[in-house]
Amino acid sequence: MRDDLKKLWDFMREVTGDDAYERYLTRHRETHPELPPLTEKEFFASEQDRKWSGINRCC
Amino acid sequence: MPNILSKLVWVVIALVGASAIGGIALHRGEQINALWFIAAAVCTYLIGYRFYSAWICAKVLVLDETRATPAERFNNGRDFIPTNKWVAFGHHFAAIAGPGPLIGPTLAMQFGYLPGTLWILAGSVLGGCVQDMVTMFCSVRRDGRSLGQMARDELGPVGGWAALIGSLMIIVILIAVLGLVIVKAMKHSPWATATVLGTIPVAMLIGIYMRGIRPGRVLEGSLIGISLLLVCVWGGGYINGSESLRGMFDWDDMTCAWFVMIYGFAAAALPVWLLLAPRDYLSTFLKLGVVFMLAAAILIWAPMVKMPALTQFVDGTGPIFKGTLFPFVFITIACGAISGFHALVSSGTTPKLLANEKEIRMIGYGSMALESFVAIMAVIAATVMEPGIYFAINSPPGVVGKEAADAVAMITSWGFPVTVDQMAALAKGMGEDTLFGRVGGAPSLAVGMATIFSNTFGGQLLDMWYHFAIMFEVLFILTTLDAGTRVGRFMLQDLIKHVSPALGNVSSYPATVISSAIFVGAWGYFLVQGVKDPLGGVNILWPLFGISNQLLAGIALTVATGIIIKMGKVRYAWVTGLPLTWLAIVCTSAAIEKVFSSNPAVGFLSGANKLAAELAAGTLAPAKAAAAPSLILGQRIDAALALLFAVILWIVIADMLRMARRYLKGQSVQPLSESPHVATQLA
Repeated sequence: MRDDLKKLWDFMREVTGDDAYERYLTRHRETHPELPPLTEKEFFASEQDRKWSGINRCC
Repeated sequence: MPNILSKLVWVVIALVGASAIGGIALHRGEQINALWFIAAAVCTYLIGYRFYSAWICAKVLVLDETRATPAERFNNGRDFIPTNKWVAFGHHFAAIAGPGPLIGPTLAMQFGYLPGTLWILAGSVLGGCVQDMVTMFCSVRRDGRSLGQMARDELGPVGGWAALIGSLMIIVILIAVLGLVIVKAMKHSPWATATVLGTIPVAMLIGIYMRGIRPGRVLEGSLIGISLLLVCVWGGGYINGSESLRGMFDWDDMTCAWFVMIYGFAAAALPVWLLLAPRDYLSTFLKLGVVFMLAAAILIWAPMVKMPALTQFVDGTGPIFKGTLFPFVFITIACGAISGFHALVSSGTTPKLLANEKEIRMIGYGSMALESFVAIMAVIAATVMEPGIYFAINSPPGVVGKEAADAVAMITSWGFPVTVDQMAALAKGMGEDTLFGRVGGAPSLAVGMATIFSNTFGGQLLDMWYHFAIMFEVLFILTTLDAGTRVGRFMLQDLIKHVSPALGNVSSYPATVISSAIFVGAWGYFLVQGVKDPLGGVNILWPLFGISNQLLAGIALTVATGIIIKMGKVRYAWVTGLPLTWLAIVCTSAAIEKVFSSNPAVGFLSGANKLAAELAAGTLAPAKAAAAPSLILGQRIDAALALLFAVILWIVIADMLRMARRYLKGQSVQPLSESPHVATQLA
């Protein structure tokens, strides 16, 4: 039961993008461990600019 | 044994679906339960998904699960990122499902429930779902490229330009018509206006919260925001009840139009994190929540559909918009059956999230089936109210008369009885002064939703539910408006930079402000024209929007057909070729009728000429005479635009056919731009 709730919570976080920074950090450590990662604030700011520079919503 | 069982289950689904569709189609006279619609829809989607989409994936596209997707190959932890398929499904569905599938079906119910319902079902499983899925496939095989780039790579520069102009024009018309929907929902409704205004500081507050206070905490920020939005709905009611405050929010439609334009400009010129991004989070949550709540409410309440299967308005004399059943039902309902705009999200955005090719089927085909189901719910919401009430809300005063008594007399004379008292009681229940002439679809949808919710959840708070529904619709219409203005500004700058590099510089603030103003001016022109139009604006703008959306679908299907032929599968080219042929017929006949019809209520040119003749003869009232010159010019511009859409579509089709002919004769053509096979490393 607790595991299921945890899974649901993780899914909710992933689907909303709540855990985007954590996933970025994991990825960053795997690929460029030598470079300092962006801070959470910088990451979120640059993500928003990227997301809203193209078509991502329909009618 | 399980094999036989599964076959049996599918036989049962097919039988239930066929009898539900048969029941809906052949039912006459008495009312019919909305659950029949749900059954027909769900069975149609299940059959389409289980058999047709599986066949297309296996035989035509030949999805290859050993092939690494762009998300895997270019994984950057950001836009290219292999994502859980349900997460990707959620993102894709949230991106494609906007206000379109709610509004189009509502308007199309003037023909009766049957034509719209059949088109939504057939159009989606054979057209819209196929388009979304095949476009997504093409983009996944091409490093996640956009429709415009694929058109250029596969068809050549002509296709590329057509896709670019098509996308730009559809955004202009889309925003204008959605702006009109908001204006008609807000005019002289202090409650709705106050609620809508309240959503702006809420979005900004959440923007500041997610940027500065708790960066990236999307879930908690959105939950706080949604609670504040509910407070806005309640606060709007409070303002509406206060004699001193309500006058401040009682705006006429031109004031509302100016508000929408200033808002659109501000949203495009302000940084995204302040208004656009937080509003999008809020509207996405609300959208998904309301869609599931509506489905649950319909299942629990099981309302009766009161609209007849067909009305006399199939002859083209409908009050909401003019034009005969063919082609106008297919133009009015674009989103929900087939929507070209989806091709822009299915290419470019979602393909960068897919972890494996085989998920294209569920995400491409499945999301569109779900959106089509949203359209079916809009059909139900529009038809569970008395048809007389539906027509009283949606008919513009220019058609049925300004006075309530005239309007009810005319609507009753059509065979849809309604009384002034009935409308007054309804308006009072919904917390409005009047519901007459609230065109645009949003108010009647809100009445339908409020009725369904209120009846399902205790029979109380009708006025709160109504304004909650209005807030929900306006919230995500404004999101489309913000995002569309921003994207439109980028596309405009991309075009302008060939002429003026300074104005095309996307990182220069003055250039941003100027190009945003130009773009808002472009859609604002059509919006103001719609507000001035005595027939309510929907009659002009919605068909133009439908034609432009189908044009884009036509371009996407043409690119897909070209790719299928070049893959050496000309015998399967009908999979996209058939919906393309149908759209070409529909789009062309609608454009020809809207431009050349001799009926001034249908044809833009005859409408302009009639008004010009009346102006010259001096038979117009002074107020109308003052507005006439701009209406005449507007209708001529609309005519040019509709023609342009049809011409662009045929140029792209001709270009594809030329390429196909060369290919089939063994002559050289632009090669398939598919990226090479790389084996996937993901388990």
